[in-house]
Amino acid sequence: MAEAKQAERTASPTSEEEIAAKVDRVLRAFKGEKSELIPILQQVQQALGYLPEAAMCQVARFTGVPECTVYGVATFYAQFKFVPVGRNIVKVCRGTGCYVRGAPRLLDELEKLLCIKDGQTTPDMEYTLETVACFGSCALAPVVVVNDRVYGRMTPDKVKALVGRKAGQ
Amino acid sequence: MQASPKPKIFIGTGTCGNAAGAEAVLDTLRQELAKNGLTADIVQVGCIGLCFAEPLVEIVKPGRPSVFYGNLTPEIMAEIVRDYLAGDNPRPDLALGTRGEGTIEGIPRLFDLPVLKPQVRIAVRNCGNIDPADIDHYIANDGYSGLARALKMTPQAVIDEIKKSGLRGRGGAGFSTGMKWQFAHDARGDQKYIICNADEGDPGAFMNRALLEGDPHAVLEGMLIGAYAIGASEGYIYCRAEYPLAIAHLKVAIEQMEKYGLLGHNIMGSDFSFHLHIKEGAGAFVCGEETALMASIEGSRGMPRPRPPFPANQGLWGKPTNINNVESWAHASIIMQKGADWWASHGTEKSKGTKTFSLVGKVNRTGLIEVPMGITLREIIYGIGGGIVGGKKFKAVQTGGPSGGCLPESFLDSPVDYESLAAAGSIVGSGGMVVMDEDNCMVDVARYFLTFTQLESCGKCIQCRWGTRQMLDILEDIVAGRGRPGDIELLQELGQAVKDGSLCALGGTAPNPVLTTIRYFRDEYEAHINEKRCPAGTCKALVNYYIDAEKCAGCGICLRACPAEAIRGGKRLVHVIDQAKCIKCGTCLEVCPAKFSAVARVSGEPIKAPAEPIPVAGKA
Repeated sequence: MAEAKQAERTASPTSEEEIAAKVDRVLRAFKGEKSELIPILQQVQQALGYLPEAAMCQVARFTGVPECTVYGVATFYAQFKFVPVGRNIVKVCRGTGCYVRGAPRLLDELEKLLCIKDGQTTPDMEYTLETVACFGSCALAPVVVVNDRVYGRMTPDKVKALVGRKAGQ
Repeated sequence: MQASPKPKIFIGTGTCGNAAGAEAVLDTLRQELAKNGLTADIVQVGCIGLCFAEPLVEIVKPGRPSVFYGNLTPEIMAEIVRDYLAGDNPRPDLALGTRGEGTIEGIPRLFDLPVLKPQVRIAVRNCGNIDPADIDHYIANDGYSGLARALKMTPQAVIDEIKKSGLRGRGGAGFSTGMKWQFAHDARGDQKYIICNADEGDPGAFMNRALLEGDPHAVLEGMLIGAYAIGASEGYIYCRAEYPLAIAHLKVAIEQMEKYGLLGHNIMGSDFSFHLHIKEGAGAFVCGEETALMASIEGSRGMPRPRPPFPANQGLWGKPTNINNVESWAHASIIMQKGADWWASHGTEKSKGTKTFSLVGKVNRTGLIEVPMGITLREIIYGIGGGIVGGKKFKAVQTGGPSGGCLPESFLDSPVDYESLAAAGSIVGSGGMVVMDEDNCMVDVARYFLTFTQLESCGKCIQCRWGTRQMLDILEDIVAGRGRPGDIELLQELGQAVKDGSLCALGGTAPNPVLTTIRYFRDEYEAHINEKRCPAGTCKALVNYYIDAEKCAGCGICLRACPAEAIRGGKRLVHVIDQAKCIKCGTCLEVCPAKFSAVARVSGEPIKAPAEPIPVAGKA
């Protein structure tokens, strides 16, 4: 059985040259058609961790799609982010199965533990905290996903241990 | 396969299995086999649906029925390797059940267990039984024989077979699949498309994920049959990005199909040519709507457009397009394999066949189930699901996700089919089934769903964009104790307006969770509004925690655990919660030792506790 790809993330690049070079590398695999816009943005985000304005402009030039349309498409979809993210991404599922089994308390615990709110990143860029509509692991609710790895049957204590261990690395 | 002298070990490593710790169990399994000098074929399979028992392993020893072991930990796995693989003790104390010919004393047959007995596994026929990354496994189980049969028939005959089966769309609305194929077949166009809707966005539902992870070829074969029937030469699978393992398995499956000549030109030596692409969604619930989904494939914002024209005439890039749900495709393939009559022998008069559901929430046995249409909710929740966790009282079952409704106890004996659920104000939907108990507040559940749909509204129709916002504001007020008389009527009025004024099913069904909870749980709304009381005790603004002076032993556990430092007390002193500081997280209630059970949660009742710590009763 094939393994799901594990995210190996480094901190998002900040210099303009580095961003441009990374976007360039992504664009080489595409033809520049409009229908490729979402896959391109997905891969740019994969490479950078988020979509900086300069990267979106670069994609607009490549595809010939107006900059405002690229921005319009990017902001439509929940997957796309416009600020840099941390090295570890912690996602709390807010699906129904998780909700009725106590996911809000996991989010409370994580917000307290990391001193950030949903959607924010710790100042040291170690952690980004997010919520996701549903991971489809409802039978093991509530679930938390850390760097694309799904952890089922979570409790506030287990969350503490999970993130605490990571923080200690 | 069973005749091989080496034991065969199947381990479920779908997303559920991995989330429950299957990877660690697999590592141990390999190490222990090596340590004991044993060899075995290890096959990583998808989900058999018994998610409550994950991680799950099936061991096949030659000449024996296979044995399933559930709830494995690395330690238990090591014991099983030692006792059953190195030794010959099948450990009935750890086994769940057996499968195949023969019996093993002390272990029941798996499919006789109450969780599996009422199930009929048609769409998920291979899930958990085959390696989804190996096309030969699928072919060995009659895979692609349905396509072979279809290619010998005329496209019209294939459509007639699907019509005859009575298959209705498994994605929600329940429209006749055969009719849908007919429309796309009859539409004029030089280029036609087929789409598999795998944008399973309903929170609380994972049937499509389990199917794509566990048996992708069942879906892909269905797509090929559909493409041949309507005359499409290109197809797309639109899968949500939250399902990385499903996408990985689809990619592997497509590569293998290309190698076997099942994709490309002149498939199986016929004139039929077909190409398939995977499109990853980007996190928008509305893209489950067919016109929004097509806009997303085209690279635009996923916003629905008015119908007609219907996709069958003007779909993807303006060309005739047929779009079906993952599960519908998996049914289409087996209908062509085994015939429409066989398939239609399951289910009811108007709702034929079987349907998968993700049974989750407050039931003992959560998992992916497949049942004949017409089974009752009680059989599902109490039979398959084993009743409510902790023996608590059933309150409601939510079907159909954010588009569906919450049904109370009085519907437990209603059959599950398209018509009955629609009459009750809910829908079959894609198959999410979330069970709620007495601790779930129905007003809060309605608020939860509306938060979701409000966030996911694409914003095109004002009734959906602002109507859901207004409804959510009212619900937020009610759960915060700011509800006013007339709020219920206003919610109903707004709900109707949102339904009437929305272009697509998102807005057309978004008020359902609110309207059904008002219909069946009006007393809970009234308690919140009139008495500022939450009967379930979940709405934070309406509950208080206090420590019963008669029961508190002054142990100090709650004081140390309180995250808000709202508890005062001391050795042998009754602890007191400072109501002004309390954040109502419920930690004290959880940590208070059962032998004391001194923490009480009340709503709409006075607090019966001293203002300051006093000596513990009898210890003064």
